[in-house]
Amino acid sequence: MSEAVLYSGEKEAEGTEGLIEDWSRDKQVFGVPWGKAMMWIFLLSDTFIFSCFLVGYMSARIATTDPWPNPSEVFALEAFGYPVPLLLIAIMTFILITSSGTMALAVNMGYRKNKKATFWLMFATAILGASFVGMQAFEWSKLIAEGVRPWENPFGAAQFGSSFFMITGFHGMHVSAGVIYLLVVAFRVKNGFYDKVPDGYKIVEIAGLYWHFVDLVWVFIFAFFYLW
Amino acid sequence: MSDDGTQHPLKIYWIMWVALFVLSSFSYATDFMDRGALRTFLILLFMFIKAAGITWIFMHMGWERLALKIAILGPPVAILVLIYLMSVEGIYVEDSRLEHYGESTMEVLPPVHH
Repeated sequence: MSEAVLYSGEKEAEGTEGLIEDWSRDKQVFGVPWGKAMMWIFLLSDTFIFSCFLVGYMSARIATTDPWPNPSEVFALEAFGYPVPLLLIAIMTFILITSSGTMALAVNMGYRKNKKATFWLMFATAILGASFVGMQAFEWSKLIAEGVRPWENPFGAAQFGSSFFMITGFHGMHVSAGVIYLLVVAFRVKNGFYDKVPDGYKIVEIAGLYWHFVDLVWVFIFAFFYLW
Repeated sequence: MSDDGTQHPLKIYWIMWVALFVLSSFSYATDFMDRGALRTFLILLFMFIKAAGITWIFMHMGWERLALKIAILGPPVAILVLIYLMSVEGIYVEDSRLEHYGESTMEVLPPVHH
């Protein structure tokens, strides 16, 4: 737990008492760098956007009287002569988890001021993210070739296509933006840019928050869109 | 350890990482189960454990002060209300469609595999 110390030398209260103190002390409420607080607030707003997409998908799926395509069959891939359900999606899930792990290690190395390890771990995260987007592009082109469109598809309810392209497209856009963001921060770590800024390495943690959020959203998309 | 607790021993990340792999395998395994209440329950269970682990350990929310925890994790609870309202609405729309247009006559093809 954090043990911040006040100017008066007292230790900050924890729990609900700490909550009341934080809000009533006539100073900034969140004892974190402003960049981190703003990233959290941005992620909160992003949570609502993704929730709206997923709730919209839920509502469309409930409301349609047409049969909903079985994602287990639609997203199956042929491997070893058998159709394996959700094969590519499972691989994408594991890739994103791996990238979350390398990102967590990068944040830790950033705080240890280990520039080389931070750079390579962030670089690995970005590469894994890019491969995720690549597989998603493959998935999209495969479905488009099979006749899935935002307004119709041969497997069932038309709403399937629009939900799929909206939700995975918006998530893929987040991953792509994250890859660029991570690469920019990684190269700045490498060339010592953050040595000149006080608390500069906090940016690694802030970039990490964004990346973990992208993984977090995928957990929900995987459960609600692909498995449900 | 730094004063805001952001520099932890690496061990907890490795544990979390392995746990995510295992839980994702379990999630994937639910796809081979028969559709039903148990499958739905397991999908949601693994989803929530994974989401909590990512937020708590990887995003360090577990080490933040209560003020930040509540400010960020509190508002999304409102989404539950939206989910409830939209499911009620969805069921109503489906019932109206069935009443006015009847059962779906859509012919579907089985998915093809490449």
